[in-house]
Amino acid sequence: MVEISLHILDVVQNSIKAEARDIEIYVEENIKENYLKVSVKDNGCGMDEEFLKKVTDPFVTKRTTRKVGLGLSLLKANAEITGGSMEITSKLNEGTFVCATFGYDSIDRQPLGDMAFTMVTLISCNPDIDFVYKHIIDGKTFEFSTKVVKETLGDVFIGEQNVLNWINECIVEGLNEIRR
Amino acid sequence: MKSLEELAAIRNRILNDVTIRNEGSDKIRIVVGMATCGIAAGARPVMKAMMEEIDKRKLSNAYVTQTGCIGLCRLEPIVEVYMPEGEKITYVKVDEEKAVRIINETIVNGKVIDEYTVGAYEK
Repeated sequence: MVEISLHILDVVQNSIKAEARDIEIYVEENIKENYLKVSVKDNGCGMDEEFLKKVTDPFVTKRTTRKVGLGLSLLKANAEITGGSMEITSKLNEGTFVCATFGYDSIDRQPLGDMAFTMVTLISCNPDIDFVYKHIIDGKTFEFSTKVVKETLGDVFIGEQNVLNWINECIVEGLNEIRR
Repeated sequence: MKSLEELAAIRNRILNDVTIRNEGSDKIRIVVGMATCGIAAGARPVMKAMMEEIDKRKLSNAYVTQTGCIGLCRLEPIVEVYMPEGEKITYVKVDEEKAVRIINETIVNGKVIDEYTVGAYEK
């Protein structure tokens, strides 16, 4: 993956497959402490202990269309080469939490990338799922929630192009504000 | 920062507009592969280009959505176009430029671009 935001898009696909209804995406950039942390928390079907143990093995997957499962393996490898790590906790029928930490100033760290369009992609393709996206940069917080958007929209579909454009701009501007 | 008032205004505009985009069975469904293989190969910019082109041309007969891996990872990004009549066209190794052409030729004019199809690659 060329961007960390693509890893996030990828990890969330697992949550969607696990039939999560609520998905929380968290990004924290702590330049002083030199780390970038991303996490995805869902209330999907979770994994049993046995599957959890081998889930970062690239030759383990639940899919049937191919025999390899690279998503979490790639994220783990990309976090580790920056001096960071990845951890997963999961409980069957409760949900899964995936957290990856990267060395912020590592030359091998991918750029975070286009978080706004990662969110737009997820929302437009999964309008029934509720997403919360929280982003902290050196103590300053931006938070976005599809629940709030849906409340404002009432009967209007969140996947309407005009709404998606607004969401994209909302996130771009929000992130610019806390990056200042 | 964007305000919710602005969103409410967009909502009212949509409610007053009769040409609403709805996910209905009479629409062309464009499906982009969004598993690890698709994402790594560039599916997100392809999806973005398609959504932007649909928006730019104000097309109301098509919408874009996602699917997982269909088992042809080496040919990603893959875009499947489902016509309302039941016909399906599978485009492979799509990039942003091809994505725009697919919208313009297949969605607007109903023409299949043979050289982008899976059939042309798998000969």
